[in-house]
Amino acid sequence: MTVAGWMVMGFTVIGVISLLSWSIWKVISTPNSTEHLHGTMDIDPEDD
Amino acid sequence: MSKEKKESWNSRVGVILAVVGSAVGLGNFLRFPGEAVKNGGGLFMVPYIIAFLIVGIPLAWSEWALGRYGGNRGHNSAPGIFREILGTSKGAYLGMLGTIMPMLIYTYYVILEALCLYFAWGFLNGDIPKLGNDVGAVATHFKAAVGANANGELFSGSNSPMLICLILCTLINFSLIYRGISKGIEIFCAIAMPMLVVCAFVVLFRVITLPANPEHPDQNFINGLGFMWNPEQTRTTEVIQIPEGETLLPDSVHLSEHGENITPLLVKSDAQSIQVILDHHKHDGVAADNQFTITYETESGKNLGDTLTATEPQSYLKTLSNPGVWVAATGQIFFSLSLGFGLILTYSSYLKRDDDIALSSITSAAGNGFCEVVLGGMIAIPAAFIFLGKGFLSDPSNVGTFGLGFVALPNVFNQMPAGAFFGFLFFFLLFLAAVTSSLSMLQPTIALLEEGLGLSRKKSVSLLAVITLIGTIFIAWFSQGFAALDTVDFWMANFFIFIFATIQTIIFGWVIGKEKGYKELCSGAEIKVPKIIMVLIRYISPLYLLGIFLLWAKGILPGYIKAMAWSNGKPSVAFLSISFILLVITFFAFVVAKSNQRWRKEDLLEEKS
Repeated sequence: MTVAGWMVMGFTVIGVISLLSWSIWKVISTPNSTEHLHGTMDIDPEDD
Repeated sequence: MSKEKKESWNSRVGVILAVVGSAVGLGNFLRFPGEAVKNGGGLFMVPYIIAFLIVGIPLAWSEWALGRYGGNRGHNSAPGIFREILGTSKGAYLGMLGTIMPMLIYTYYVILEALCLYFAWGFLNGDIPKLGNDVGAVATHFKAAVGANANGELFSGSNSPMLICLILCTLINFSLIYRGISKGIEIFCAIAMPMLVVCAFVVLFRVITLPANPEHPDQNFINGLGFMWNPEQTRTTEVIQIPEGETLLPDSVHLSEHGENITPLLVKSDAQSIQVILDHHKHDGVAADNQFTITYETESGKNLGDTLTATEPQSYLKTLSNPGVWVAATGQIFFSLSLGFGLILTYSSYLKRDDDIALSSITSAAGNGFCEVVLGGMIAIPAAFIFLGKGFLSDPSNVGTFGLGFVALPNVFNQMPAGAFFGFLFFFLLFLAAVTSSLSMLQPTIALLEEGLGLSRKKSVSLLAVITLIGTIFIAWFSQGFAALDTVDFWMANFFIFIFATIQTIIFGWVIGKEKGYKELCSGAEIKVPKIIMVLIRYISPLYLLGIFLLWAKGILPGYIKAMAWSNGKPSVAFLSISFILLVITFFAFVVAKSNQRWRKEDLLEEKS
């Protein structure tokens, strides 16, 4: 594997992992984030 | 329209996992590494990242925003959402593609899903391990499984386990979709996605810890990574013509460089000609004069030779100036993020006005990127490199989704210690990824049948089951050379996807407009949305999409149009497939017409009240 190969892989992998970690951290750390969504609204498959 | 919504997501994490589940599929683990290897290795990441930034994110945000916008006005289907935004019944016909595309893609995707299950089962029961280290035997097994040798082969009774897998997958998909958004899709994705990631990490760990091939010590994991990630520079030679009256003996070509034998990256040969492609890195600095000696044998027993000159290594810029690389990277981003299919449009329509879409969208894209780049980019190619080598992987047909996934990798697992277990785990993870994707392909049509025709979930699921079953049987029947699958895939997942994606960016950027569109994106946003996004959505993305589409169409479209020609007075499979697609479009035009009538009535009732 060449130096350029290590650099491309490192940049891409670190970039993706950083973006994912930041996103998850933002989702978890935003206060009341999950309360933005609806409560469970039961689905009745027998709805005819 | 303020129709009361019956369905919704149950949790924030649930939506994200469902969207990631929709996006993560065979494309991440098989298509991405293959495309990268075929298009410059590490250099592929340049157009890939650019496409992600200027098309991926803007389009993802547009689709999430359009879906939530329509959902809060009582619509969950693309036709309903487009009708609402455009303020005319004709809009519903424009949105029809967002229902037809995922449904038709499902008709063949479920066959691939069944194939993953069939291969997982094959590793468990020993059918595949007993094929051993024989690429030809694995290829035969794969072709028999999908009936690639003759039309109708799958239904001939010779391969009932594959047929059982297909029935099983259909039942799993429809029973989950019948349970609805939160009780079916959300719960399944919440279980399947973590399980998929765990399986992928176990397989990745196995690949990382694989020793080098004892017969070829340079075939090790690090060099396998290099094959995938090194920015590729290759050299080619002129084409050598075999003397008249002679025929090249297969596998008889040898190369040497100043007396030292060398292994070419690829030998392209037929009976009458040879062309050699050389890896730049391996010989860098060795052959200053670029002179090589080639020897080969002919069927009449003659040993012939020639001296040839390799070209200078192709520069990085030259590789990047190839439009095909940009088309491949953009196509991969579309596939990968499930953009332009109408899937996200429907999923996000179940959100509330103040639910965040900006962060959820980025989180889903990042989750998908992780599965693709980190897991997909480190499993398939390095594993195949160790056992099958550079020469095998340099042939483009061996790194396509089918070649890599169902021929090369089973052979790789057959050669590694505890391969049966890891083979099962790998195909099981592909199966999970496929189910989470196929579920998302069914929901857009369910949404249209429910809100447009007023059908109950039971009736809409039943009707959709009948339509998709007809499609799946059609594709599974015309299986010789994957002719029907290839045609439907081309028109749906390559042609219409560009058109629908462009329509979506134009509607969001120009019909909803700059100010209102930006406000819509920011509503409930838990991260700051950069203002430049509207410039990207309004100008850059549509122009980029149009440019890529024209380049792509110029190169590939004529071949597919030509394939529709009849031969010997009989319609070709491509012609029959197009006829089938047109039949489905006609049916959905009828459904949309009926839906428009129903929506008009609801509008009138609302006005009166």
